[in-house]
Amino acid sequence: MTTQDDAAEVATIQRVLSYARNIAIVGLSSNPLRASFFVGFYLLRHGYRVFPVNPRESEVLGQRCYGSLADVPEPIDVVDVFRQGDAVPGIAREASAVGARALWLQYGVVSPEGVAVARDAALDVVEDRCIKIEHARYFGRMHWLGFNTGVVGARRAKALP
Amino acid sequence: MPEQHEFGFHTRAIHAGARPEPVTGARAIPIFQTTSYVFEDADAAAAYFNLQEYGNTYSRIMNPTVAAFEERIANLEGGVGSVAFASGLAAQTAALFTMLQPGDHMLASSALYGGTLTQLKHLMRKLSVGLTFVDPDDVDGWKRALTPATKVLFGETIGNPAGNVLDIEALAELAHAHGAPLMVDNTFATPYLCRPIEWGADIVVHSATKFIGGHGTSIGGVVVDSGEFDWSNGRYQVVADPSPAYHGLSFHETFGIYGYLMKLRAETLRDLGAALSPFNAFLFMQGLETLPLRMARHVENARRVAEFLAGHPAVSSVRFAEQATSPHRELARKYLPNGAGAVFCFDLVGGRAAGKTFIEALTLFSHLANVGDAKSLVIHPASTTHRQLDDAELAAAGIGPGTIRLSVGIEDAVDLIWDLRQALGALR
Ligand SMILES: Cc1ncc(COP(=O)(O)O)c(C=O)c1O
Repeated sequence: MTTQDDAAEVATIQRVLSYARNIAIVGLSSNPLRASFFVGFYLLRHGYRVFPVNPRESEVLGQRCYGSLADVPEPIDVVDVFRQGDAVPGIAREASAVGARALWLQYGVVSPEGVAVARDAALDVVEDRCIKIEHARYFGRMHWLGFNTGVVGARRAKALP
Repeated sequence: MPEQHEFGFHTRAIHAGARPEPVTGARAIPIFQTTSYVFEDADAAAAYFNLQEYGNTYSRIMNPTVAAFEERIANLEGGVGSVAFASGLAAQTAALFTMLQPGDHMLASSALYGGTLTQLKHLMRKLSVGLTFVDPDDVDGWKRALTPATKVLFGETIGNPAGNVLDIEALAELAHAHGAPLMVDNTFATPYLCRPIEWGADIVVHSATKFIGGHGTSIGGVVVDSGEFDWSNGRYQVVADPSPAYHGLSFHETFGIYGYLMKLRAETLRDLGAALSPFNAFLFMQGLETLPLRMARHVENARRVAEFLAGHPAVSSVRFAEQATSPHRELARKYLPNGAGAVFCFDLVGGRAAGKTFIEALTLFSHLANVGDAKSLVIHPASTTHRQLDDAELAAAGIGPGTIRLSVGIEDAVDLIWDLRQALGALR
């Protein structure tokens, strides 16, 4: 957290996690050993509503699965993506069409074009970060396992759900 | 929200890992002297054991006081996290145990702490891992010793006791070209004098027993991960493949840059069991608060002591990396610009007998087998740790019959020099 860019990113991450209530996870797997399953499980535990988007599944983590973002019957705040980079521009357009406020790309999901689409549509964008880890870093218990959160300060930690 | 700001080393040495405790507001880090933790409910318990949620289960595996220490060290070294252990040797064992499997091979510097040399010889034989010791100063020698099975390269930033300085950048490049991590023991430098990760090292280990504590009260160790090494490069099935010891979890795929550390904690620490006690972690945190102040003073005193010794007729040589005559001077300038540490050897003209007389004449230096204390320490290897060896064997280990090892403390330099002068006077 040293540059202006980083400062902006930290602010974006904290803002997104604070306004997020309904989170669509595109590419959420029903395999309990996949990273996406860990993330979905964690978000549900922390009070977020999770809407799996995956045409190959019918239900994940007890939540009904949808074939596309447009099929989700409720407003979506954040679209969290576990797909290859080439799928991201389309997902970004859909995210904007359904009125989402943020596009979140997980570790290794890289798409400059998708990011540009989302930014043009005035969405908040977080890239190459894990939403679970960022929640745990700023509002959760990442510090309980000896990880370097990079968070330094003399105020009591704020907890989100 | 205040503008983001990069905090300096002194600030992080005091604050990293220790925000005020959220429930009580306790400002000092509490000592969570507990073996175990009550689960909120059965679902929480399951989530913790499945590693789906960051949670406390049992203090052999994690403890909030120990975690605060781990985060602080990781922060100071510039790693993504760390795992603490009951000793420096336990930390090294665990770091290697996590990444190696039978049939693998490792390269290690031949100028390591004696306890580490012995440990590696026995441990690697028992694990059926090949081990080759190489002259740490000869980068081509490291290269020639690589085999297709070589899975890790290991050395000390500043070697104990010979004081050689490791060419971390060159060795990291060599290791990475071979698809292997470089592991560095940074005990003698501490992150104040050198941060090996900034030069490309992947894993950093410490004996916290030494300068990190600085008070000589506690044994402990720690493993820091840079988070940069690609364990999925096809050579580390033991880290990357589904783990039979954790219901098929693939640590690197699931936890990404945190995968090695999760495996180190959830499997290796769980199974080997060498957990750091919360009380020792608390004492190490007290030590770390003053690490930069102490190290600056250690270095200043070491320079003055080395200069005094170099000018004394009873002393034949001083092996301090900052010395103009040191073969490691250039490496020390590069990797240790703020000082080449405070542990070094010198040789007495009078050999083994002079060594014994000298040690017994000292009144302020403590004669004991440790380094890195605030107090000045001394040992005469030929009459203590290496007394079974004859002069030829000592020479092979880089130790002369009159070699003395000092760990220069943070007392008044004039008092240390006074003590050394009067003890050297006893040799006439
Ligand atoms: C450089 C170095 N590494 C590791 C160790 C081992 O540490 P511990 O005694 O905490 O197991 C020592 C101890 O002397 C040391 O000097």
